[in-house]
Amino acid sequence: MDSFGSDLSSGSSSGKIDPGTIMEQVKVQIAVANAQELLQRMTDKCFKKCIGKPGSTLDNSEQKCIAMCMDRYMDAWNTVSRAYNSRLQRERARI
Amino acid sequence: FSYFAFNNAEAAELQRLIAVEQQKAQFQAQVHNFTDVCWDKCMDKPSSKLDSRTETCLVSCVERFIDTTLTITNRFTQMVQKGAH
Repeated sequence: MDSFGSDLSSGSSSGKIDPGTIMEQVKVQIAVANAQELLQRMTDKCFKKCIGKPGSTLDNSEQKCIAMCMDRYMDAWNTVSRAYNSRLQRERARI
Repeated sequence: FSYFAFNNAEAAELQRLIAVEQQKAQFQAQVHNFTDVCWDKCMDKPSSKLDSRTETCLVSCVERFIDTTLTITNRFTQMVQKGAH
């Protein structure tokens, strides 16, 4: 697991944190932030699309609309991700 | 008792790995922005799947948004250069 050697440390007694652990935490934090961003934007869009005049509860059609909207939003996100990636590849190939 | 007793090589490698993750995060952030804008341009009523017309619209939207960004950047650069004379 520790690919960086331990020539400096005398094992865990030096209190040295494994870079692998740091990278894991960095990746997790980024993933969490990404999910939060996705949910916030999705909620905004789907509320606009699905809820007309706000009633006293979310009725059945509103619930169904929200579920479909979520699926479509994620489809859209994936489509955009692929399109952006393609464009980046194309631009890099020109340089 | 030092938490960060990394040597130079380890620190440099860590910096490199973090830079890679940062670049990935920047890509994700852009996808969020594009999806936001292009959803408004392309989506009608939510349906049971993404039809090909909507899919095409989303792809075109991303491409044209990037083209617009480049056009604005280039023209703005020219304007600034002209203004400097």
